[in-house]
Amino acid sequence: MSNRYIPHTPADIKHMLDRIGASSVDELYADVPEEVIFRGEYALPEGLSESELREFFNNLGARNRSLKIFGGQGSYDHYSPSVIRHLLGRSEFYTAYTPYQPEISQGTLQYIFEYQSMISELTGLEATNASMYDGATAAAEAAFMMVASARKRNAVIISATVPQRIHDVVRTYCKFHGVELREVGEKEGVTDLDALREMIKAGDVAGVILPQPNKYGIIENLEGVAEVIHAEKALLTLYCDPSTLAVLRSPAEWGADIACGDGQSLGMPMQFGGPYLGFMSTTKAQLRKMPGRVVGATTDAHGKRCYVLTLQAREQHIRREKATSNICSNQSLMALYATIYLALMGESGLREVNALSATGARYLYDRLIESGKFTDPFKKPFLKEFTLATDMDIDAVNKKLADNGIMGGVKTGENLISFAVTEQRTKEDIDNLVTLMLKED
Amino acid sequence: MKNYDKLIFELSRPGRKGYQLRRNEFGFDALDNIPAELRRKDSPELPEVSEGDVVRHYTNLSNKNFGVDTGFYPLGSCTMKYNPKINEELASMPEFAGLHPLQPVETAQGALEMYYNLQQALANIAGLAEFTLNPYAGAHGELTGLMVMRQYHISRGDTKRTKVIIPDTAHGTNPASAMVAGLEVVEVKSKPNGSIDVEDLKPLLDDTVAGIMMTNPNTTGMFEAEILEIAKLVHEAGGLLYYDGANLNPLLGKVRPGDMGFDIMHINLHKTFSTPHGGGGPGSGPVGVAAHLTDLLPNPRVRKMEDGTFTIDTDDRSLGNVSTFLGNFGVMMKAYAYILSLGCDNLKNVGPMATLNANYIKESLKDLYKLPIEGACKHEFVFDGLADKSTGVTTLNVAKRLLDFGFHAPTIYFPLLFHEAMMIEPTETESLETIDEFIDVMRKVAVEAAESPEILKAAPVTTEISHPDETGAAKNPILSYRSLKQQQS
Repeated sequence: MSNRYIPHTPADIKHMLDRIGASSVDELYADVPEEVIFRGEYALPEGLSESELREFFNNLGARNRSLKIFGGQGSYDHYSPSVIRHLLGRSEFYTAYTPYQPEISQGTLQYIFEYQSMISELTGLEATNASMYDGATAAAEAAFMMVASARKRNAVIISATVPQRIHDVVRTYCKFHGVELREVGEKEGVTDLDALREMIKAGDVAGVILPQPNKYGIIENLEGVAEVIHAEKALLTLYCDPSTLAVLRSPAEWGADIACGDGQSLGMPMQFGGPYLGFMSTTKAQLRKMPGRVVGATTDAHGKRCYVLTLQAREQHIRREKATSNICSNQSLMALYATIYLALMGESGLREVNALSATGARYLYDRLIESGKFTDPFKKPFLKEFTLATDMDIDAVNKKLADNGIMGGVKTGENLISFAVTEQRTKEDIDNLVTLMLKED
Repeated sequence: MKNYDKLIFELSRPGRKGYQLRRNEFGFDALDNIPAELRRKDSPELPEVSEGDVVRHYTNLSNKNFGVDTGFYPLGSCTMKYNPKINEELASMPEFAGLHPLQPVETAQGALEMYYNLQQALANIAGLAEFTLNPYAGAHGELTGLMVMRQYHISRGDTKRTKVIIPDTAHGTNPASAMVAGLEVVEVKSKPNGSIDVEDLKPLLDDTVAGIMMTNPNTTGMFEAEILEIAKLVHEAGGLLYYDGANLNPLLGKVRPGDMGFDIMHINLHKTFSTPHGGGGPGSGPVGVAAHLTDLLPNPRVRKMEDGTFTIDTDDRSLGNVSTFLGNFGVMMKAYAYILSLGCDNLKNVGPMATLNANYIKESLKDLYKLPIEGACKHEFVFDGLADKSTGVTTLNVAKRLLDFGFHAPTIYFPLLFHEAMMIEPTETESLETIDEFIDVMRKVAVEAAESPEILKAAPVTTEISHPDETGAAKNPILSYRSLKQQQS
């Protein structure tokens, strides 16, 4: 009966049943209809020892291939400093629940406060929540937030240049929630701002979601866009990559009301897609419409500075169906990840990460263009990610690269390929990639 | 260490660094090519600290926290079980952690096999046909499951089914998820014993009902004994049954939700399958469905091919995407490791041992705490505060006093059915000695309440902080270091 995770011995069980006044544990299930009692066996092997378990996962792991990564599209191979893993491994952090008891959760509450502070520094917007699931769900929540804020207007405009996977999730959420999602098209690789200027006048638009950088990796020039949107009493959400905000004009500087995106680029392991982190910041004016948990600073009975969950009247456990969102958990531990990463890197480190990544990307870009096999359909500024057109068979090239330990660019269209280069890729890595891609078989 | 109260920003000194990157070997800096109008003008004020500063700071912060590894966490509906350490190591293996979600499927077969096998294991444990592991958390699973429910009716052209019936005892996420999924909530009353009033349910079941959302055992910890009758009524009315898996733990080894007639459910891997709560996440909320709903599950899907290899694909009949990639893969690895560690032989003891622990605590304390519902509970139960109401001591006072004794508080003031609700859930990983210690402390606190209630009202007194000003925090929100500095100056 006793197992390494389930401690009771037969003597313990007997003692407990005696206290309860039951003759068997089964008796505690006497109210369960006989027809639904599970009499079978689970279709699983018998429990594994720790060494067998390790062996099992080693065998599984051997069927994966570690590749040099040149793809992005929402997951980037930035370096993760060793310190982060060690600190996240402190079980006082990772075995804690949501900090509902502030007296014994000051560790969690304070790092969330620091996280909010750092993300607000990057976005330039005053209020940041304690995190959301991922960038895509954060964008969907931003769409709902704009609608809630606008009250009677029910349409949201999203740019065709928002990354496809983000767009897909926003579309799903809007379809079920009853928000009308309209797409503004693209022109020469960026949002068609002339079309947006027309669409915004429809009268029922609550807000607009634009990307920065966009799905091609292009940095869009959004000069004057916020003013046009605000003139129609609508809001602007910028979907951005937080890593790039050390360099790029901030959402606040573009006039955005909401900034959201995925925190993975802050050194988080790619981990086959998760866990990552959704972030969301907004202005003071929209604060009370923002979904998710928020931590605030206050003082205790002795005047000591401390931190608590605040503005909870917006949340599901208080408001139920009238809440701003159904979100309950956040990605707290990943928020700690981002916090420690940003503490280590600081503004200068984050800027250097961008410089090295963008320079590697530019070097790769130049070599591919020089080869004559790739063309740039857009010729616009980019940082670590860019998209080229090619007549090459992208799938075949990528297969050849994978056989040589490399993940090539992500195919994003019939003849479009998107590359991402981080500070981890050396000149030699890039030269090697280019040589392999161009080699005739 | 107790007095450490610095923010990381307050350790910052201009020019200090906590990183070192490789040299730029390209001979130019691409940032020079970025036009000025696209660059930021205001620099973000991030801390400038050394690596050692960072390590000491966050180690000190960790000392201000209470986790499952620190002590007993009888938090109702949260299933705070032990988080096996080996699982943390496995999830961070570079062979998995270094996988890009879009790398060719041929190079991620081990990861896809794990994902697929976990889907299969959960389907077997739940008695359902198929699972998606894409949802990120319990509430996200609820939302996804309700989207499946709506999509089912829409795909049949039955567009008038826009209501979902939810008991008044439900977790707060249930009605909130329904709202996000575009469904209208109709509340069904519970009887004094907390279970659904079938007579109250019957008149609600018309042709506008998409389904019912419930958990079993319900949030009072009692099994809904009329579940088969409820399932029959809802199905006859054309609705579907959604099972909120937050309370799945007591059913392991005993009951499968699919066998009770549920069509859709989510599982909180961070509850039932031992993955750490992480101070609020990341969790994972897989959604399972009965055979007639499998086509509707969200994209992308992981499938096993005839040749035994695994692939990722999409299905046009799907409700759409709810996640950027395949969900919280790292969390799934820990849950799968847990399932394999327990195996068929030990997994079936999880529910019964959790239930035994809850009943033992309930029976040991019901003379001093008011037990509103008699009978065998499952993994958790609810007290309606102290039995002796004359002292003026509230559930909140008791909860805070427990902190002084080194225990986490139970879930309080939920379910809403009882004014002084105190919801206690011990899991199967707690030993008899820990449970007895908790019982002793609960009894001591009840005696204190009668003899010197002022002690309870002042509690906690041994913790890092005491009685934070939450009203002030909400009235004047200070949400960042920048705003804190402004307030101070």
